[in-house]
Amino acid sequence: MVLRDIAHVRTGDKGDISQIAVFAYRPEDYPRLLASVTSERVAAHLGGLPSRKITRHELPGLHALNLILEGALAGGVTRSLALDAHGKTLGAQLLDLPISPG
Amino acid sequence: MTGRTVRIGGGAGFSGDRIEPALDLLARGDLDYLAFECLAERTIGLAQAARRAANGAGFDPLLDERMRTAMPLAHPRGVRIITNMGAANTPAAVTRVTEIARDLGLHGYRTAAVVGDDVLDTVRAGDFPLIDREGSSRDLGGSIVAANAYLGSEGIVAALQGGADAVITGRVCDPALFLAPLIHEFGWAADDWERLGRGTLVGHLLECAGQLSGGYFADPGVKDVPDLARLGFPYADVSADGTAQFGKLPDTGGRLDAATCKEQLLYEILDPGAYLQADVVADFRHVRIVETGRDQVRVSGGAGRARPDTLKVSISYDDGYAGEGQISYAGPGAVARAELALDVVRDRLRLTGAPVTDLRFELIGVNAVDRRGRPGEREPTEVRARVVGRASTHAAADRIGAEVEALYTNGPSGGGGVSRSVRSVLAVASTLIDRALVTPRIQFEVA
Repeated sequence: MVLRDIAHVRTGDKGDISQIAVFAYRPEDYPRLLASVTSERVAAHLGGLPSRKITRHELPGLHALNLILEGALAGGVTRSLALDAHGKTLGAQLLDLPISPG
Repeated sequence: MTGRTVRIGGGAGFSGDRIEPALDLLARGDLDYLAFECLAERTIGLAQAARRAANGAGFDPLLDERMRTAMPLAHPRGVRIITNMGAANTPAAVTRVTEIARDLGLHGYRTAAVVGDDVLDTVRAGDFPLIDREGSSRDLGGSIVAANAYLGSEGIVAALQGGADAVITGRVCDPALFLAPLIHEFGWAADDWERLGRGTLVGHLLECAGQLSGGYFADPGVKDVPDLARLGFPYADVSADGTAQFGKLPDTGGRLDAATCKEQLLYEILDPGAYLQADVVADFRHVRIVETGRDQVRVSGGAGRARPDTLKVSISYDDGYAGEGQISYAGPGAVARAELALDVVRDRLRLTGAPVTDLRFELIGVNAVDRRGRPGEREPTEVRARVVGRASTHAAADRIGAEVEALYTNGPSGGGGVSRSVRSVLAVASTLIDRALVTPRIQFEVA
């Protein structure tokens, strides 16, 4: 089972920060998000990303997590030489993060 | 919901956005206001460069087309238009809109400019610590081309109170384009933090237009969106207490439901408990989103607290040139040939002493955007080698594309489809300045 089976994502950017919001489709899966989508596991899954720090905001009312990846965008969209300077493709790359079933 | 509501449409989510969904909202949406959000972080710097290059330019390149098509629908229906399409030259944009109004025979059409966001002289004269990196504004020296403060709703509200049919701004906080008409209509106090927080929530949900109503959402077979090619844009019916009912027009594509609204609610929000705006610090942590019908969602629970003492300022500065070259390979061994191509270009740039820095060598189809750091299970059927780097001159940056192009006859077998480019880099850094240093002003022109 992977994250895509229980959650959807949207990715944004602010300067050199990538912001990935993760939403459980079903409220009952929110505890599994909390357990599986940790800052450490996100950092390991996106191992090719040079982020300085990952912060996780928990939003139980929305069954959502907001991940803040500082220093992830090579200086940010206005300066980065990356093909995806906004980092817009990053959230979708989280969707094959393994989730423990049940 | 009871009592009077105000209906605001989201007419654009970025400078190049589609125009016809906004026209559909005007024609069929029974709107009170339509806002076009068209000014991304870097856009104003680009506009400043355009203004320097050609006097009179510097506003949104689609201003003419948008306003020429929107105004004949908006004016007879009494819909007032609010937009940040003034970019780096709001007074010229207002003059242009007034000319369009005359062309269209809209006599008496009142257009307001909200100015005062340009703080270039203040920034150049002072020394302001940057908030997104080490250093200060002085380190950027003579390369600074623009500095614009994020204004709040104050100037737009004054323009509406002055009877503007259209309000054109430069840099303002995006949600303020939507918060301002709510303050104007409902008379919310400047320190009614809770309602200002709720109005900011409405603005935040509408400011990306189609991203609320099914745009940027589809994942076929997992979360489908009907008829994206005819995606309709959203509107909100806002009550005096700041709660709102969101919808989109019937017979448009897309979907507007709890899932699409949740994605937009957190989009580009860092701390959901502290969304910093010029008007308020909004708090989205306890927002409630309830589906009330097909493509109908009720949003409540926004909050807010006292506004910051400082305003965010975007500083645009020249940051040299970026040179780039790409070439494709396909068939058996494509990845190995593309990797050899990257090695050749790396060696050539070193051997010729090209003065380029920050070089990136990557394979589109393998590792250009994928950051999972794992090789794919199967070799891709085609791959595109990409080399990009920085230089302080156009000529030096062009060395990169030249070496990629030379692969045609000097590199591995079977390379094709070279593209090469050099672009000037206009980067943005951010700082904060005391709000007392910034004074919004309004100017009217009447057709």
